Amino acid sequence: MDKKDTDKIMTNDFPRREFIKNASLATLGTLLGGKIVFAESFPKGLIPEALLLEESPFTISGKNNGLIVLNDRPINAETPPHLLDPNVTPNDIMFVRNNGIPPKEVNVNKWTLTIEGESAEQTKTYTIADLKSKFKEYTYQLTLECGGNGRSEFTPPAKGNQWTTGAVACPNWTGVKLKDVLKDVGIKSNAVYIGYYGKDTHLSEDPTKVVISRGVPIEKAMEDEALIAWSMNGEEIPYMNGAPLRLVIGGWPASTSGKWLSKIVIRDKVHDGPKMGGKSYRIPKNGIAPGTKVPDEDYEIIESMPVKSLITFPKTGAIVKANQEFEVRGHAWAGDLEVKAVDVSIDFGSSWISCSVTKPVNRLAWQHFSTKITLPESGYYEIWARATDIQGKSQPMVLPGWNPKGYLNNACHRIAIKRL
Amino acid sequence: MVKLSDKEKDALKQINSKLTNLIIVLVLFLGGVRLMLYPPTFLENSSQQIVKEEIDPELIEQGIHVASGLIAAEGYELVNQNCGNCHSYKLVTQNRNTKEGWLETIRWMQETQKLWDLGENEDPLLNYLSTNYGPEETGRRKQLVVTEWYQLN
Repeated sequence: MDKKDTDKIMTNDFPRREFIKNASLATLGTLLGGKIVFAESFPKGLIPEALLLEESPFTISGKNNGLIVLNDRPINAETPPHLLDPNVTPNDIMFVRNNGIPPKEVNVNKWTLTIEGESAEQTKTYTIADLKSKFKEYTYQLTLECGGNGRSEFTPPAKGNQWTTGAVACPNWTGVKLKDVLKDVGIKSNAVYIGYYGKDTHLSEDPTKVVISRGVPIEKAMEDEALIAWSMNGEEIPYMNGAPLRLVIGGWPASTSGKWLSKIVIRDKVHDGPKMGGKSYRIPKNGIAPGTKVPDEDYEIIESMPVKSLITFPKTGAIVKANQEFEVRGHAWAGDLEVKAVDVSIDFGSSWISCSVTKPVNRLAWQHFSTKITLPESGYYEIWARATDIQGKSQPMVLPGWNPKGYLNNACHRIAIKRL
Repeated sequence: MVKLSDKEKDALKQINSKLTNLIIVLVLFLGGVRLMLYPPTFLENSSQQIVKEEIDPELIEQGIHVASGLIAAEGYELVNQNCGNCHSYKLVTQNRNTKEGWLETIRWMQETQKLWDLGENEDPLLNYLSTNYGPEETGRRKQLVVTEWYQLN
């Protein structure tokens, strides 16, 4: 391995197991600061087998240990509600949702983004430096929530990662407007949709298989807040969240915000990449009884996410003293819409207390609610939070309509409290 | 100065070179040990951390096959043989479904994820999954489960 390659690995995240597996003794020598002279006689037990074990506990690069790992291949992890308390989600707190294996090498200087497709006037390729120099930079705080957030509550159960409440985040994203780049390439008048492709690879390790390639209608892509982002909260995007380049389409299922972004296609029809069809990120057009089978053609693509809120303080399980006043606070968001009101209940929804709610810092950013509560007598309580969007739609107290893949559970969030 | 014969010189050279080799191997070995104990920071940046000890692939504790986390009931070996190649066993253990539901998942994986034909193993595999990872009726809302009560200050 020459010096240049070593530099590349050292400046980029690199899955350790892969690294150890691929490392020759010469590579190890480079790491140790010298060539290994007697590679043949080097002790065989130097790399313990345990390093290579498949099913082993681990933490995720750049992520808080408090994240709950749902799945370690592909890596998927969610954030417990109390860790989401900051108004702007820190980098190490944001959930991780992977459909495949993240790219093994991320070289920021060589990374390119190509725009093409039937409805593109031309094919054009940009480096990240090109994007930074050619287009104006913008920063927006944008809410990303996995379409399957809350899936774990549905019965009959829906297959997939069993997210509870933690597949949501709202950090600051910096990049260029998707529409500025699309316009620079040229959009034909027949454009209908955009689709993305990323550099992650398929779980089956078949290099010809695309992991996921979703997108949004051209109108959504042309919104001011749709970004091609290279930065999160002023820092590099965490490797697991799509560094060095990703789409950020606030308010829609986060699967529309492609990670490790390398290509965008401007389509003259609804994009048909993997996970655009079938039951993926789609729900039955008409309401169905729980457990009903629905033919694929009767599904529609999920667009805006529904109104929802999360109590981030106190953490569930709090014990308060008699007459102790405490703050209840959290965030609320409503897909493409704004949140009009948030109410909390301490009596299982019999009565509601109106909270103060902030305005969003920009469109598609979550809002913050808070109120002060004193519990009237000793005993067990649940605090429920219910947000209402500007069109008057509120979160349901019980599970919303069942759907086969368990999407869009926006039932009110609840925490348990005891008063002494 | 003592004059050495060519033979003696050769012997000394050999000792010298053997000593050097020994020192190099020792230094490399210690370096290797250091690498394991205190990994360089760029390795810390990696996506996956390391287990401290090797897990015995045969070990079963409290009815759980430790290496995979699967319930060690009749047929779990079939899951080990067929399901761990592409994805984590966590994707199995966190899901619940009926026999029919698990079959649907298997068909989906065969159609889109390159899962092979399970042949005569399919039925016992489905029985294992639906018996040990069958659906629980939780109604329209689950009870809240608090793992840790704490004093709020």
